[in-house]
Amino acid sequence: MKRWLCSLLLLGAFSAHAADAVTMLNASYDPTRELYAEYNRAFTKEWHNRTGQALRIRMAHGGSGKQARAVADGLPADVATLALGADIDAIAARGLLRADWENALPHGSAPYRSTIVLLVRKGNPKQIHDWNDLAREGVRVLTPNPKTSGGARWNYLAAWAYAQQQWGSSTKAERFMRGWLGNVIIFDTGARAATTNFVRRHQGDVLITWENEAYIAQKYFGADQFEIIYPSVSMLCEPPVAVVDSVVDKRGTRDLAETYLAGLYDAAAQAMIARHFFRPITPQAASPLPALDSTRLVRIGELGGWKKAQATHFAEGGTFDRFTLRGEQ
Amino acid sequence: MKIKLPLTRTADSVLPGYRLCMSITLGWLMGIVILPLAVLLISLSKYPAADLLRTLANPRVQSAFSLSIGASLLAACIATLLGVLVAWVLTRYRFPGAALLDALVDMPFALPTAIAGIALSAIYAPDGWIGQYLAPLGVELVFNRAGIVLALVFIGMPFVVRSVEPVLAELDKELEEAASALGATRLQVFRHVILPHMGPALLSGFALAFARGLGEYGSVIFLAGNVPGVSEVVPLAIITALESYDMAGATAMAVAMLLLSFATLYGFNWLQHRLRRGMGAGA
Repeated sequence: MKRWLCSLLLLGAFSAHAADAVTMLNASYDPTRELYAEYNRAFTKEWHNRTGQALRIRMAHGGSGKQARAVADGLPADVATLALGADIDAIAARGLLRADWENALPHGSAPYRSTIVLLVRKGNPKQIHDWNDLAREGVRVLTPNPKTSGGARWNYLAAWAYAQQQWGSSTKAERFMRGWLGNVIIFDTGARAATTNFVRRHQGDVLITWENEAYIAQKYFGADQFEIIYPSVSMLCEPPVAVVDSVVDKRGTRDLAETYLAGLYDAAAQAMIARHFFRPITPQAASPLPALDSTRLVRIGELGGWKKAQATHFAEGGTFDRFTLRGEQ
Repeated sequence: MKIKLPLTRTADSVLPGYRLCMSITLGWLMGIVILPLAVLLISLSKYPAADLLRTLANPRVQSAFSLSIGASLLAACIATLLGVLVAWVLTRYRFPGAALLDALVDMPFALPTAIAGIALSAIYAPDGWIGQYLAPLGVELVFNRAGIVLALVFIGMPFVVRSVEPVLAELDKELEEAASALGATRLQVFRHVILPHMGPALLSGFALAFARGLGEYGSVIFLAGNVPGVSEVVPLAIITALESYDMAGATAMAVAMLLLSFATLYGFNWLQHRLRRGMGAGA
């Protein structure tokens, strides 16, 4: 009982202390952890210099879809920085933020970009150079499940875009999709879990993943262990950011949230973005990533936008469900 | 040992506060168990029956159900065998470190199951501590259906140990000695003296391990491989449906799961009751 009282008192003191500082919550997806940790430090300092307010930014990371649902269900996030537009649309569908959020900031409210690459083991022992190699017999593929992972949805669509370009919507395209999906040995629920299984558990010959995630894996586990393969076709991923209107209006943090997101387009932030292996949108920012000359980048718009992609591929009975049913081939 | 359990407040009850205790009991059950489950059932009505049935008719969902039930059954069987053994060792032998071992048995209760999953996968993956010796033999225990059973045995065993242990501890050693003095073989002693006493506890341990296995998510997803239609368990299928905003599908599976678990637990409780009564009449 005494201990209970103590913790209650502590809790009270804690929240009293928090009251005279400004707080903000950013709901984000998995691979942005390192980027936002650095950006938040810089922004907190800048905000203090400008307004004199002590700012505390809290992060909530998780699968993009899970985060979207949490915000839609009432997680008081001031800003949502997610993996794909469909997830912000899902929040907008609840009326928590403006439906035309894409127009709020430059470049469709996407301050950084990325693409989907293939990570293989050093020396590329299975000779994987493009998507069609993933459908070869004996190649073991790792990707998270597109139903639970936003990144995996980009992965799937990148392979789909390749199939469309190669074969249109013929049965050959379907055979290719069934082929590589049949080679997937583990469908993890999120991008990080898949990376862990590939990198640490030595599962699989190839991991389909975000470009920045692949570079992070190389950085932490040694460039001498993996090679990054850029396929002939991939997606131009534009992870969007948005202010959650209902939350900032209630908390009176609109100005802060808008400044925070706009700041991502500043030169300093763009350089930071490049350092964390995302692709900056301002061409001046020096990027350690190679130019994508031999990869055709497909925008989600070319596939009909997220709503259509979601319904065609990832909804119940969509292509993913049909192509992964094994033994039906 | 005949205690009359009061169904209503009786003057001869030793402990006061029947009403208070009963209110707390019902209130707790209401707020934590009954209401959330009722919400689940009520939310069924939000979706057209056709949507719900379509989900349950989906071959992937059906395969997830048969996998979950099959793996949980198998794991509960293994956990029961191992659990009885552990309980036996803990109650019948005095050895240094017994208390430590006893505490270790409870670890799976306390450990976040995701951590158990990661640890098990690190050990049994083809390049893990133990997995590297199994892989050349063609034995792969993780990232397939075997991984699911492995996780569920880990999760389920403490239930069996903790159910059986007190019964074994109370069991009169003299009964066994008498039986063997009368010429019973060890097997006969086990079969006719020990097993009947353990029966109800064994059943309840088995049922708990089974029911817990049906619902387990955290550890399984790290060990299963999660290939739809092959190694995807029901809890994952439910999460998957939720993540793709398929509330009707998630609700349908959740309710089916709920009914299944409830039927299992209720059935085992009934059986256990019967066994106890049978034992009482026999004694």
